[in-house]
Amino acid sequence: MTIDYHRLPDAHGRFGEFGGVYVAETLMAPLADLTAAYERLRTDASFIAEFDHDLKHYVGRPSPIYHAQRLSQKVGGAQILLKREDLNHTGAHKINNTIGQALVAKHMGKRRIIAETGAGQHGVASATVCARLGIPCVVYMGAVDVERQAINVYRMKLLGAEVRPVQSGSKTLKDALNEALRDWVTNVDDTFYMIGTVAGPHPYPQMVRDFNAVVGREARAQMLEQYGRLPHALVACVGGGSNAIGLFHEFLNDADVAIYGAEAAGDGIATGRHAASLAAGRPGVLHGNRTYVICDDNGQISETHSVSAGLDYPGVGPEHAYLKDAGRATYLGITDDEALAAFHELARTEGILAALESSHAVAQGIKLARELPKDQLILVNLSGRGDKDVHTIARREGLNLM
Amino acid sequence: MSRISDRFAALQAACRPGLIPFVTAGDPLPEATVALMHALVAAGADLIELGVPFSDPMADGPVIQHASERALLRGVGLVQILAWVEEFRRRDSTTPVVLMGYLNPIEIYGVQRFASQAVAAGVDGVLLVDCPIEELTTAQPLRAAGLEQIFLAAPTTDAARLEKVCAAAQGFLYYVSFAGITGAAHLDTDAVRRRVTEIRQRAHTPVAVGFGVKDAATAANIAGFADAVVIGSALVDTLAGSADAAEAVARATAFLAPIRAALDALRTDHAA
Repeated sequence: MTIDYHRLPDAHGRFGEFGGVYVAETLMAPLADLTAAYERLRTDASFIAEFDHDLKHYVGRPSPIYHAQRLSQKVGGAQILLKREDLNHTGAHKINNTIGQALVAKHMGKRRIIAETGAGQHGVASATVCARLGIPCVVYMGAVDVERQAINVYRMKLLGAEVRPVQSGSKTLKDALNEALRDWVTNVDDTFYMIGTVAGPHPYPQMVRDFNAVVGREARAQMLEQYGRLPHALVACVGGGSNAIGLFHEFLNDADVAIYGAEAAGDGIATGRHAASLAAGRPGVLHGNRTYVICDDNGQISETHSVSAGLDYPGVGPEHAYLKDAGRATYLGITDDEALAAFHELARTEGILAALESSHAVAQGIKLARELPKDQLILVNLSGRGDKDVHTIARREGLNLM
Repeated sequence: MSRISDRFAALQAACRPGLIPFVTAGDPLPEATVALMHALVAAGADLIELGVPFSDPMADGPVIQHASERALLRGVGLVQILAWVEEFRRRDSTTPVVLMGYLNPIEIYGVQRFASQAVAAGVDGVLLVDCPIEELTTAQPLRAAGLEQIFLAAPTTDAARLEKVCAAAQGFLYYVSFAGITGAAHLDTDAVRRRVTEIRQRAHTPVAVGFGVKDAATAANIAGFADAVVIGSALVDTLAGSADAAEAVARATAFLAPIRAALDALRTDHAA
């Protein structure tokens, strides 16, 4: 029997055994309100028109598919195509989701927006849409991340957002999420929580996926138009997994299209210093949903490691957990070194500085291309641009730019 | 009958407002936990809530977050916590013990394995903060093994939902006095009274009120209309930094005694 992947999640927000609503009682009512509002809006013609209009005129969609010919030639295998989400306003796919959630917040009459951020990309995308709406935006960011992502912190401030460093736990993305949930539970009446990835309690995994699914819808049409066929394989990086599910979703029922997610293997999965929840984690409950998590034998969430702050998260969206167990998608680890090598390769062959997150996808795309014949097409989601990472890369290479 | 329902029945018969202190297992020191539990009972606790530390306590304020972090740094986990409850039970066979925490540690331990071992150790109930009634099936093995599942009701819980929460509740219903995290803010006692009165009409279990109860005055206020009062962050904060188990015990006793006295004075007032 074939699975219709587009019917998921079910009414309880479950993707098979994953997903659901695992939150404290106080948040059940605001989540029910959000679910009801989103259910109404997602099929509302004027809401969809408003969303599409913003994506076209504010974000700059559609983003092109670019044939990385020199890179493909150098690799010597299948053709590598790039979905250029890096060309969006604010430099990544994250804006697709914040545009959508901002419209939902507006329709719900919310007067304050909160968000969590790791690398700062979702924080910037949230601050951006809040500036445009003229409503206050508070961004929670782990104190460690505030240190390593100073430029994005400043970008958020320039956009009028308040950045609150989080001092609890490991002081990274997972703790920022905890703190945002604590803020929300304290300010349920007027506050909208803008989650940046396809994790969290229902309806977030579905809603964030739907807003990013524009990536796959465009890509499918572009492939048919430019190449007269669908790609043989899709590749995207997976931290929480929003850019990946955004690309994958439209293709899930196309059984001939192979799907690969590249997780952050950090120093290597065997070292324990990684963020590969699907490849090396186990089913558990974190941040409101059942999914694969990285934790110790006592169920305590582990600190993760990746050169890319955006992939440095111990959980993963529940739909990815489902796709892994269903065998529909394959999730593989890419180490820091492999991602950095891919970053340089793409820069030198194509003149594109990819985000470190996206460089994991590029590395996986290169690996895959080597194994496949030249007439096959691999579509890699270039989810963001690398300007934000220039300092990190310089530091790793022993340079100090400032 | 269970230890929890026995205890609430006895409280009701004696017109005694229930006092439920919360301490994080293993905090301020792992060697203090069992001694603390006995000291709390001696100082007037009617039921003990023992917090299971978790790395990501999303419903907790800074005080309990830090207590969890301290306990985790000392390697406190479920094996040890169950051993402490077992040790407590050797000298106290009547005071109910409820474990309060988050799902993941229990999931990873194995819900079934945890359930049978917890019952064997003498745990009476479990309050899983991130397991609302919608996810009941997750906790089914707990109920099947005989652990009572305590549920929360919140200011945001509407009437229709409250019916379902009351129907699912075992042991007692824990009313969260305000929308927020543990240990925060001030209490709007009138709003809490209105809500608790409404809930008590619907619930078939006793109703305890927690979050934001800081001292004897607020406790007595709440006890005027609730079956029991939960006091957590203020106690945990008091215990923090104790040099040894004896100091933790002394601090706990000094903290709880005036609260117990205020609740008992309430009873005398009612009688008079």
